[in-house]
Amino acid sequence: MTTPAMTPSRLDDSPAVSKKPLGKILLPYLLVLPALVALLVGMGYPLGWQVFNSFREYGLAAQFGTASPEWVWFENYTTLLSDGTFWFILVKSIVFMAITASMTMILGIGLALLMKAVSRWARLTLQIAMLLAWAMPIVAQMTVWGWLIDKRNGVINYVLSWIPGVDLIGHDWLVNPITFYGIGSTIIVWASVPFVALSVYAALTQVSSEVKEAASLDGASGWQMLRRITMPIIRPVITILFLLQLIWDLRVYAQIRLLQDFGAGGTKYDLLGTYIYSLGIGQNQFGLASAAAMIVMFFTIGLSWYYVRQLLKEDN
Amino acid sequence: MNTKKTTGRRIGGIFALLIALVWVFPVYWMINSSFLSSATLAQLTPTWVPFGGTFNNYKTVMDPSSGFTSSLQMSVTITLLSLLFCIVFAFLGALAISRFKFRGRKSFVVAIIVIQMLPAEAMFIAQYKMISSLGLLNTVVGISIIYIATVIPFTLWMLRGFVAGVPADLEEAAMVDGCTRFGAFMRVTFPLLAPGLVASGVYAFIQVWNEFALASVLLTDESSRTLPLWLRRLSEFSNVGGYPNWGEVMAGSVLVAVPVIIFFLIVQGRMTQGMVGGAVKG
Repeated sequence: MTTPAMTPSRLDDSPAVSKKPLGKILLPYLLVLPALVALLVGMGYPLGWQVFNSFREYGLAAQFGTASPEWVWFENYTTLLSDGTFWFILVKSIVFMAITASMTMILGIGLALLMKAVSRWARLTLQIAMLLAWAMPIVAQMTVWGWLIDKRNGVINYVLSWIPGVDLIGHDWLVNPITFYGIGSTIIVWASVPFVALSVYAALTQVSSEVKEAASLDGASGWQMLRRITMPIIRPVITILFLLQLIWDLRVYAQIRLLQDFGAGGTKYDLLGTYIYSLGIGQNQFGLASAAAMIVMFFTIGLSWYYVRQLLKEDN
Repeated sequence: MNTKKTTGRRIGGIFALLIALVWVFPVYWMINSSFLSSATLAQLTPTWVPFGGTFNNYKTVMDPSSGFTSSLQMSVTITLLSLLFCIVFAFLGALAISRFKFRGRKSFVVAIIVIQMLPAEAMFIAQYKMISSLGLLNTVVGISIIYIATVIPFTLWMLRGFVAGVPADLEEAAMVDGCTRFGAFMRVTFPLLAPGLVASGVYAFIQVWNEFALASVLLTDESSRTLPLWLRRLSEFSNVGGYPNWGEVMAGSVLVAVPVIIFFLIVQGRMTQGMVGGAVKG
């Protein structure tokens, strides 16, 4: 993999800003303008609307558009935060995020180390298998898994029934909320491990063999080498990957929604994404939905702070 | 010592192959089932290899009555429109931030990065309200407005890396040789950027082509479905006695997945690098 060189390459380094012709000063602004306008329309305006409406209450009349919503300050937030259902869903989402992201990281790092340890052909086979799973569009992923876990003819029930004493033919995984989330988590782990494994593997290849040789001459064992040399070098990559996984698994919407298509819906099977959807588009409670969305957003921004700082560093 | 090491490697190799098998199995199963008839699939024992399979499922699913052709058309139109604007806007923006120093540059860069982190899933309601108040629900333009804004930040960030990779000295040399600045850019920098533009374009293509969540909110009308929405509803369309015809549904999944898998394999390396590049370099 070639990395584009990061040497600063600016034509415009001359300090004498004031002497530049007007056209030259305006040029960068003109270049930025289209992207800026597109972002303001597609993201800026909805974001502003959301912040504004998280302070407004949509009563019945407002839901039907016959009266404008009432300004209620923080009432939506306090309503949500004193609502058992919201907490139930928030806690479920956080547990789901933590388990799914941790499983993804553990398996991803393990498989990256495995790729490093095995011969070339075994590594290539594993990498191609990972890429194929990673490339699947979400809806295709979910559809295929819907068939794999199908209660009548699903191959997973069939194979699991090979285990002596287990008979799962006809078992519906999507009825019990625990197995519902277990299946959701499994699918997300299956789909996200390739990205983690391949990224960690790429980072592992950057650990120089000289350093490792020197360490083994000094009598370091394999485990010591992993802990003292390899891990510290790849730690920044792992931190960022873990953060991205946490962020992505907190806001998971499509997978849960599509699993609900195969099974059943309702707060019993909701996570934050589907819950906000049912508040807003399902029940027209736009104020409450906006406030819930803002809470998710604060969480995400808090989680991603480190990643944002890293990217800014890269810019300098 | 040496024999111990090779035995270890061999066991590791076998283990790696088993894991590869587990990971690729769902993809294999999709392809396998897509060639089997509903009678074969309804048997209690699964058919592991599609010997004697047919293309009938594909024929049924691609028939216009299933909505495949209209959804394909919708997906292609939305993707092309969004891509065109996204690439041009992101490219111009990338030029500005990697080749110029200007007041407000830092704020723009921060905005680009922070927007990437905003959970799209938490903005649906607001975007839905905006598009519906503009009367653009179920239209190509309506959803494209949002897609362009969603894809620009990452595309711009990726392109910025490529533009910065082409040394400005090259352009200056061409200008010394008598090119205008624009001419130097078109003749020297632009050709060097082509691979980067392709990679970013494919990346943006995959994002838009696969998008399900926002589409499910903004495109509720049957005639305006994109391919992911069509696939979601396929298990209802191919229903036999309250039970989906999984062979047809899998054929639909293959049709949706294959173009993406091909494009994905082309740009995968650059994508991994784009997301964690900064961390690898430290």
